[in-house]
Amino acid sequence: MTTIAPPAVRKPEATTAGGGRSGSVSWMALPALLMFLAFGVIPLLGVLALSFATWDGIGEIRFTGLDSWKAELKDPDLLHSIWVTFEIMALSWLVQTPLSIMLGVFIASHKRYRGVLAVLYFIPLLLSAAAISITYKALLDPNFGLGSGLGIEALNQDWLGDSTLAMGVLVFVVSWQFIPFHSLIYQGGVRQIPASLYEASQIDGAGRVRQFFSITLPQLKYTIITSSTLMVVGSLTFFDLIYVLTAGGPGDSTRALALEMYQTGFQANLMGPASVIAVILVVVGLILAQLLRRLGGRGDESQLEGM
Amino acid sequence: MTIPSPRPTRRSSTEITVNNRNISRRNFLGLTAGAAGAAALSACGSSGPSDKAGTGTGAAATGTASYWSLSGPPGEAIRKAAIERFNAANPSTKISPLFFQNDAYKQKIKTALGAGEGPTMIWGWGGGGLKSYVEANQVEDLTDWFSQNAAVKDKIFPGAFGAATVGGKIYAMPIETVQPIVLFYNKKVFEKVGVEPPKTWDDIMALVPKFNAKKIAPFSLGGQSRWTNMMWLELLLDRSAGPEVFNKVFAGEKDAWSDPAVLDMLTKIQDLIKADGFVKGFSSITADSNADQALLYTGKAAMMVHGSWSYGIQQAQGGNFVKDGGLGFQNFPAVTGGKGDPSNQVGNPGQYLSISSKATPEAKDIAKKFFSTTLLDNDEINGWIKSGGVPIIKGSDAQLSSSPDAEYLKFIYDLSSNAKVFAQSWDQALSPTAADTLLDNIAKLFQLQVTPQQWVDNMNGVIGK
Repeated sequence: MTTIAPPAVRKPEATTAGGGRSGSVSWMALPALLMFLAFGVIPLLGVLALSFATWDGIGEIRFTGLDSWKAELKDPDLLHSIWVTFEIMALSWLVQTPLSIMLGVFIASHKRYRGVLAVLYFIPLLLSAAAISITYKALLDPNFGLGSGLGIEALNQDWLGDSTLAMGVLVFVVSWQFIPFHSLIYQGGVRQIPASLYEASQIDGAGRVRQFFSITLPQLKYTIITSSTLMVVGSLTFFDLIYVLTAGGPGDSTRALALEMYQTGFQANLMGPASVIAVILVVVGLILAQLLRRLGGRGDESQLEGM
Repeated sequence: MTIPSPRPTRRSSTEITVNNRNISRRNFLGLTAGAAGAAALSACGSSGPSDKAGTGTGAAATGTASYWSLSGPPGEAIRKAAIERFNAANPSTKISPLFFQNDAYKQKIKTALGAGEGPTMIWGWGGGGLKSYVEANQVEDLTDWFSQNAAVKDKIFPGAFGAATVGGKIYAMPIETVQPIVLFYNKKVFEKVGVEPPKTWDDIMALVPKFNAKKIAPFSLGGQSRWTNMMWLELLLDRSAGPEVFNKVFAGEKDAWSDPAVLDMLTKIQDLIKADGFVKGFSSITADSNADQALLYTGKAAMMVHGSWSYGIQQAQGGNFVKDGGLGFQNFPAVTGGKGDPSNQVGNPGQYLSISSKATPEAKDIAKKFFSTTLLDNDEINGWIKSGGVPIIKGSDAQLSSSPDAEYLKFIYDLSSNAKVFAQSWDQALSPTAADTLLDNIAKLFQLQVTPQQWVDNMNGVIGK
């Protein structure tokens, strides 16, 4: 989901048996750091350099200073795609978070049938975004889709051809795909909450609803921040799903930043302005991630004070 | 999202790393054509020195030329057959092909050329895309070769060379088929409603309410693909004002879109959209999935403006629709009082094959031999005719009558050979930058998100870019 996530790293072969006796283990970060430098930082610097250049993808790269920045920042399409991106981000957060928390709490309890349900809920996560998009596109086809197949007139909307409906469908499909993932995170979070908290509150006479709001939710604070960071930063880079489902359409109603970047770079052959968008994406992503971290407060405060 | 990395056992880790690199390089080369392409690559891998043939420009590739083109029926099989014939006839040299999906190809070829990894023979659409290769010095100037080989040039429709020419020089050989855009209709639907196919634009507007009253969409349209919408604009502008208006745009004249005929044409299109002339939900239908074709042969839509290749799709997917004579076809109607000659055509005047300027002299010679022999032979012509296409080769109409689709092929041949002007599709003629803005604004126009005047202003902004 995130463009700058460090890729998986293979562990270096252990040279000495029984390593780890020495005090410092900072060398352990080295392989990851090297990979991150090679595949994260260096391309990023390349993009930054390209944003000050003019290049059509096959010719010569000419450095033209701020030309691309000026052209791109003046382009009304940029503002529009930023707006679309934040719309998708906000809507999908609002849909996903409550549902994921509820599902997470539900499947966290240790009952057998819930295990089966948890597996079922997990299925959408196993499918690729492209496959999901193609399937939904076929189901929602206004002429050959679900509506005409089942003969239900109400389902025969112009789902992907109407600006508002298309945005709704997009948020729905995103949520459908990622709620299982976030439920899983919340499930883990809920299982970490000490049972003694619930036992104590039970003695105090708290009901299930009161327990949920007074214990579960506050205890899930960091889980919520983690999951929200993933959602927010992830939705900045939504590409495959939108590209296959609506291709940014109808018109430019669902053309988010990542899609705008792709079109500018690879269809209009304007690598300079496309790199500008890429830089903006990275900066916005970093700012948002940092803001969400701040929301979490100081890292040293304990959630189990007085236990 | 991440490339799955195999978990090597310690001992074999180096080997697997090497394999890994091969796999990712193949991914980069986009070996999506699957088994066929892989077989081709492994075949040339086994022949020793031509190991690098897949990347084509390699200096090590003596006696080998590479060829990249589009996958999918019917073209892929015919292209592959041509290369096999050439390889069989010329055992000392070898052409190794790779096939890609249409949209993927457009990206791959650009990336590969930019990285100096392009093939010897570059398949393309001519026009603006070819121009950008020429400006980057990526393709060979073939002007001299064509004057030395006048026999080759004389065999090909002269109209096809327009899109192969940049700055007065020829940079590509026109190949394969001519594909005008025509009006298809469902005869059964017309019979049921009791109306006649349109002769003029006014007829079209008069037919729209009649079909809508019977709950049949007047026109099918795969609007999400955008170039489908563009075909309407191209034809309507040509019929009402002739080819001059777009020629001015193509020449990069300032404010060339401001011609009143353009505003009039855009207004006509939006009137048709407002009158529900196009099928409900057209803006979410893609042409790639052929859902627009399905609307026509299932009778959910009465008419469709589409490229001549649509015939083959209807035939393959529409059951007995074409065989039973359900598919009607005619020239795009005239506009009453319009200045354009209704015999003019728009579409693909041909496909194009260029030679990479970075290829070795040996590879270039192989390519030129391929151009002057196999690509003009009878098997090539028959292959395209069998697929329902009209080869861009003069006199091929003599062979058309033997085809079961003779009526349609004759229609396309006459349409193409009688056209006073055969204009190239706008998005192919313009530079990729201008074409992207064009398609973007066309989508917004069909969505009624921009007015005709805004459309003109937006498009004037990218003239000459």
